[in-house]
Parts: sequence; C-alpha cells; structure tokens
Amino acid sequence: MPGLGAGLSAFWPRLRTRAKPVFSIYTAFLLLVIIASFLSPTFLLRTNIFNVLRQASALGILSVGMTFVILSGNGGVDLSVGAVVSLTTCLAAGIMMNQSSMVLPAVLAVMGVGLLIGLFNGTMITRFKTDPFITTLGTMTVTQGLAMYYTKGAPFGGTPPGFRMIAEGYVGFVPVPVIIFLAVFAIGLFVLRQTVFGRYIYAIGGNQEVARLSGIRVNRYKMAVYVISSMLAVLAGLIMVARVSIGDPKLGYGFELDAIAATIIGGTSFAGGVGGMAGTIVGVMIIAVMNNLLNLLNVSPFLHGVVKGLIILVAIIMQRKK
Amino acid sequence: MLEMLGINKSFPGVKALDDVTFAVRRGEVHALVGGNGAGKSTLMKILAGATLPDSGEISIRGEKVSITDPETARKLGIAIIYQELNLVPVLNAVENVFLGCEIRKKGGLLDKAAMEKAAAGLFRRLELKVSLKEPVGNLSVAQQQMIEIAKALHLNAEILVMDEPTAALTDHDIDTLFDIVLRLKEKGVTIIYISHRLEEIYRICDRVTVMRDGKIVGTRDTDKLSQQELIRMMINRDLTQVFPASACSGGREVLRIENLTRKGVLHNINLRVCAGEVVGITGLVGSGRTELVRAIYGADPVDSGTVWIDGEKVSIKSPHCAVRCGVGFVPEDRKEQGVILRMAVKDNMTLACLPLIARSGVVNDRQERRQALQLVEKLNVKTSGLTQLVGNLSGGNQQKVALAKWLATNAKLLIFDEPTRGIDVGAKTEIYSFLRELAREGLAVIMVSSDLLEILGLSDRIYVMYNGTITGELPGTGACQEKIMSLAMGAAI
Repeated sequence: MPGLGAGLSAFWPRLRTRAKPVFSIYTAFLLLVIIASFLSPTFLLRTNIFNVLRQASALGILSVGMTFVILSGNGGVDLSVGAVVSLTTCLAAGIMMNQSSMVLPAVLAVMGVGLLIGLFNGTMITRFKTDPFITTLGTMTVTQGLAMYYTKGAPFGGTPPGFRMIAEGYVGFVPVPVIIFLAVFAIGLFVLRQTVFGRYIYAIGGNQEVARLSGIRVNRYKMAVYVISSMLAVLAGLIMVARVSIGDPKLGYGFELDAIAATIIGGTSFAGGVGGMAGTIVGVMIIAVMNNLLNLLNVSPFLHGVVKGLIILVAIIMQRKK
Repeated sequence: MLEMLGINKSFPGVKALDDVTFAVRRGEVHALVGGNGAGKSTLMKILAGATLPDSGEISIRGEKVSITDPETARKLGIAIIYQELNLVPVLNAVENVFLGCEIRKKGGLLDKAAMEKAAAGLFRRLELKVSLKEPVGNLSVAQQQMIEIAKALHLNAEILVMDEPTAALTDHDIDTLFDIVLRLKEKGVTIIYISHRLEEIYRICDRVTVMRDGKIVGTRDTDKLSQQELIRMMINRDLTQVFPASACSGGREVLRIENLTRKGVLHNINLRVCAGEVVGITGLVGSGRTELVRAIYGADPVDSGTVWIDGEKVSIKSPHCAVRCGVGFVPEDRKEQGVILRMAVKDNMTLACLPLIARSGVVNDRQERRQALQLVEKLNVKTSGLTQLVGNLSGGNQQKVALAKWLATNAKLLIFDEPTRGIDVGAKTEIYSFLRELAREGLAVIMVSSDLLEILGLSDRIYVMYNGTITGELPGTGACQEKIMSLAMGAAI
C-alpha cells in the first residue's frame, strides 16, 4: 500500500519533531515505571494503577492550568491555586451541609469565587503591571485566610452521598475523577496545539512585545490564563471535597508548588513560550508514581519531600543541558 | 594631548576603522562627527579600552600607551559619558560618585561624612548645582549627566568623551551643559564631543573631525568651515547599489495624518501616503522617526492629532486597532520586536493572520502550512523547514520572516522601520525589490531609514525629520544627500 507508506513517512518526521522535546522525560517516566514494577509486586495491579491515577487527578487538573500560566511567560505563575482548592472545599462543604438540594448552589458559588479570584489576579497583572509571583502570593494569603476564617480553622460542613460520586464513582472500571482529569488534559492539549488562543499564549510567552506589535491583545489573553487557572483549581477542589466529604482549610496546602513542579519537570520553561501539556502530564505522573512507590515501599512520609525535591532538581539540570 | 595613529579594526565582514589617525590638543573641545556606522563609536571604544584595535598606536601627553582594558583607560585619565547614563538610580549623588571607590574608616565601615564633604567640594569646584541627598533616579536627565561628569572628574579625568550628550536634554538644560563644558575647558580638561547637531558643534567646539565609512575625512577649525562644507564632508558617497525603478502612479490616499503630537517627542506632524508609493522617512538619531511610525501604529500613545485611513477617520489606540484598520508594522529591533526567536518559522509567519486561517478559533493546520510554505518561497527564506526556530536563521532571513507576517493579512499600509539594518547586502537587495513589488501591487509603503542611499534609492517621496518635527518633504527624484542632511541637521536652507 503505497498510500499508507507515504502517509507514514510524512507522519513520522512530524511526530519526531513534536516528540523530541519531551522524549527524555518520557524515557525517564518509563524507567521509573519499570523500576517500580520490580520493586513492588503490587505496583502494576489494575487497582493500584487506578489508585495512582485517582490520586493524580486533582494535581493533574491544577497542573493543566499552571501550564497555561507558566507558558504565558513574563514571570507568569499562579501561587494562589492551592488556597483556592482549600477555600473551594470549605465553601462547598459549608453550603451543602450534607443536603443534596444545596449541591447546585454550592457549585455555582465556588465557581463564582474562583472566577473573581482569577479576574483579580489577571487585572492586577495586566492592568497594574504587578509581578505575578507577588500578586498571586498576596491572593494566596488572602484566600487561605478566608478559608481559615470561614471554618474557624477546623474541618467543616459535609457533602451529600450523591455528590461523592464525583470522587468515588466509576464509569465502567475507570474512576470518575480520572475521567475528568483526562478530559481536562485533552482539552488543554487541544487548545494549546490547535487553537488561535493556544498559539497566542505561546507567542506572548515567547515575546510579549512581538505579540503586541503583531496585533494580539496581550492583556486579554493573559487575563484569560489566570481565570483558567483559578477555575481549574475550583474543579480540583470540588473533586477533593467529594473525596473527603468535608471542607478542610488545609486540604490544598502546598498544592501550588506541586503543580509548578509537575509543569517544570514536564519541560515547560519558566521563562515562558516553550513546553506544553504533553510534558506536564508526565510531570504529574512522575510525581504521582513516586508518591505511590514510596508508600508501597513503606518509606517514611517525612522523606517524600526529599525525593520529590531531588527529582525537580534533576529535571532542571536536564533542561539546562538542552 | 592625545594622538591615535594608524588605528585599524575589523569585525567579521566589516572594516570598522581603516588606518585612522586622530589627534586632539590639550584643553580643546573637539567635535567628532559622521553618519551611522562611520566608526566614531568604535574609535571611542578603543580609547576607553572597551575594544582592542587590530593595529595602531595611541599616545597620551607624548607618551606611547597601551590601553588594554577600561581600568587602564581610567588610570590614564580618560572618561567616557555614554548616551545611556551609568548611574544607579536608587543611590544619591554622593553614593554614585564614590561607587567602587568609597572612602572607608578603619574596620571597613563607610565614612559617609568624609564622602559627603569631598563630594560637596567637588560639586562646588565644578559649580554644579545638584541635590546630593536625592536618589539620582528622581533627578532630571541633565542633573544626572552632571553627576556623571563629576564622577569622571573625581577620578581625575583629563580627557572627557561625551557621546551625544544633548540627545535627551531640553533647550534650557543644553545651555547649562554647555556652560559646564566651557568651564571644564578653562580648567584644562580636553573634551571630545560626539554630536549630530550642527548648531552645537559650531557653538562649543574648536575643531571638528569628520569620519566616514571607517576613515577620517579631515580635521578642520570650526570657524573656518561652513555648514555646507561640513555636510559635504560627511556624505560624499556614491550611489553604487542597485535599486528597483519606481513605478509610482500616486493612487488613492491611504493614510493621512494631521497635527499628530506626542508631548516632548512629536510636534504637529502632517503627512500622507498613497497607494502604490514608497514614502521614505529619515532623520538623525533622536529625530523622532521611529517614534512617529510607532505612534501611527498605536504602539505608543499620542496626545492629539487626526488620522484617516482610506478616507475614513480612525482612532488607532493599539497595534490591535492598527491591524484591524489594515496597517502592518515591521519594527526596527528585529530580535526583540520583530520575530519570536524561540518560535518556529511557520508560527511566526502566521502570527498576524491566524484568525483568517482559523474556524471558530481552531487553526486549520493544512491551510497554515500551505500559507507559510508560499511565503517561504515568495520571499526566498533560507530555512531547513517550517518548524525551524527563527532564532537559528541568519539576520536577513529573520527579517524576511518579520516581513512575511504581514503579507498574509489584508494590510493596505505597511510600515518598515530600518528594514535592512544589520543584514547582508544580498538580503538587502532582495528586500528592496520586495518593498517595490508591494507598492506595485497597490499597497502604501512607509520606510523609515537612517541610510541616505536607501532613502534616495527607493523612495517616491521623502520626509525629513529633526527634533520631532518634519522639516521637509522632498520628491524622490531630484532630492540629494546634501539637502536631506541639511534638513536632518536642522540647518537653515
């Protein structure tokens, strides 16, 4: 079949150029999986694999948003997402109070709050030209504080059984949060690769002034990126509150740093404009598999941070070499 | 006082200085003039030890010296005040003057009192009235310049090079600066004064040396040299490059501007551009050429003025508005404003026309590749493929990509700011014929350039700028370098 041959020969170089930047990180992930399956007999069991994916889903959703923000460059980063997760769990559980009738109002309320936080971050950064790091550090602190005040610092509220399906349900044999995570990831991948919006994000991250002089309304797109990040944090928060059935102001603590780590391990440049979703998902999976493996091997949880930190450092050194 | 003998300096592909011999007498103000790329800055960099010459000798006070680094130059009493001032804005005058040579007490603590006293004495001696306590970032450019001068003299400079010191100054500040220059001269300081402005040269300089294409044209006493002669010394070049013939028919008026003003930068600019013509805008550094086209494109804000595009009154507040009105802009700084170096050739080329090849926000891959491929062929861009990063291309090919960006849009007016700066001759010629072709296809083209040959060779009409105003409009044929240069230097003709 000459047609197929020609099609393949045209497809292969394209795949190679696309896969090139993430090739080493995929190899590293594969190695990790192989090592893990040797070290722990339970690692490759279907239940364990879905367990890993389920635990990765909230972080994965946050990391998709973080990838947009970091790609947009010019110091772009969103430190407020962890706090938004916390506040979402508290508000959602607090409004629901175990009543099914309050699910919809609660979801709308947290979405509204997420939208406001994203718009606030975006406005500060685009309109008042504040530094994203400091700005989102401020919003993070305020949001965290609000969650603490609302719950008086202790776990609070509750979710009705139906709502827990979001975290505990299955479609076929795949857990619902995994489906949500993969859908968000697929949409993120598509938006970045195939849409005008995605291309503009790369352009703004690559060089904001060139983008502006090419007629791109830079501020509008940067604003959108922070809103996307906040809204995805709300989604992650809803999945988390469904899992633990109670609002907890400390649930999202440090989450933003994991999301940044996953994005950077996945090869997205902190300078912006280079990288993408294909790397981020592996970054998320590396962190998730590592956590899982350390648990399976009964390594002290207090050592997890050391391992994660070392992986980040190695990933950064690998990127420097390129 | 200072003698530079037979200095040669080559950069890859260019002979920047060709057997340059330059002498300055003690206590004079000596002007060094010449067009862009004449070699002034390279010569001064050699004097300051920032660049090493390939061959040649330098002697100071009759003694042969070897200036290998900036530190040596400083010890020999040479100081340069660059256009971009070298002060730390958050520190005050005293701290800046003593930066790197602070007076210390025993134990290494700063002796602030001693430094303040010394600085006060220094400023009094120079009769400079500058606040010593204020962070210099809060002071005017003129005052900052005085602090630079004080810093130089504090280090006992005997030869002071000033590179375009008045470029950012108001008329009043210029007077103050000139008073200081003359006082320094009385105190025996030798000053080399680089400037484009004729008036200044005649006002404060004793002698003038003209450079052109890396060579010295001559040194004259200013009081025995007329303005016309000086201009002729600067420009005497031949039209050797080949420019495509003009075929201007003067079509409909595409752009019309009345009384465009940006306070302190542009004053009451009026101009018009028709379909099918290439309009050249020229002027010296700081004349407002780039500022003018950026204002037209909406890249910088304006204070007042009216703009018509295709007979319709428009208000262009941002590049986005400009693009929607059918205006495209290829900026001067290719690497920082023209192309995204870390992005592929294809993605750069379709940056401005992406919505046109997308349906409900989704890019049509196949159409995009076809579009980019056509542009690569049309402009003869030398690239290994569409996914090649633009940063890996040569300067000329990068410029072609920056230009290609606008061809797929529906632009009616294209603005090129220094379209051939820093690219090789072959690519230059291609870009010239390309601009002409665009005009022939019915587009209106504006080309900003400081290269007079380029302006004369390609323009159907020429606007000359000086100090933020248009000082003259000339037809493309019949204009001569002398006339443009006179207008550009603010000379009365």
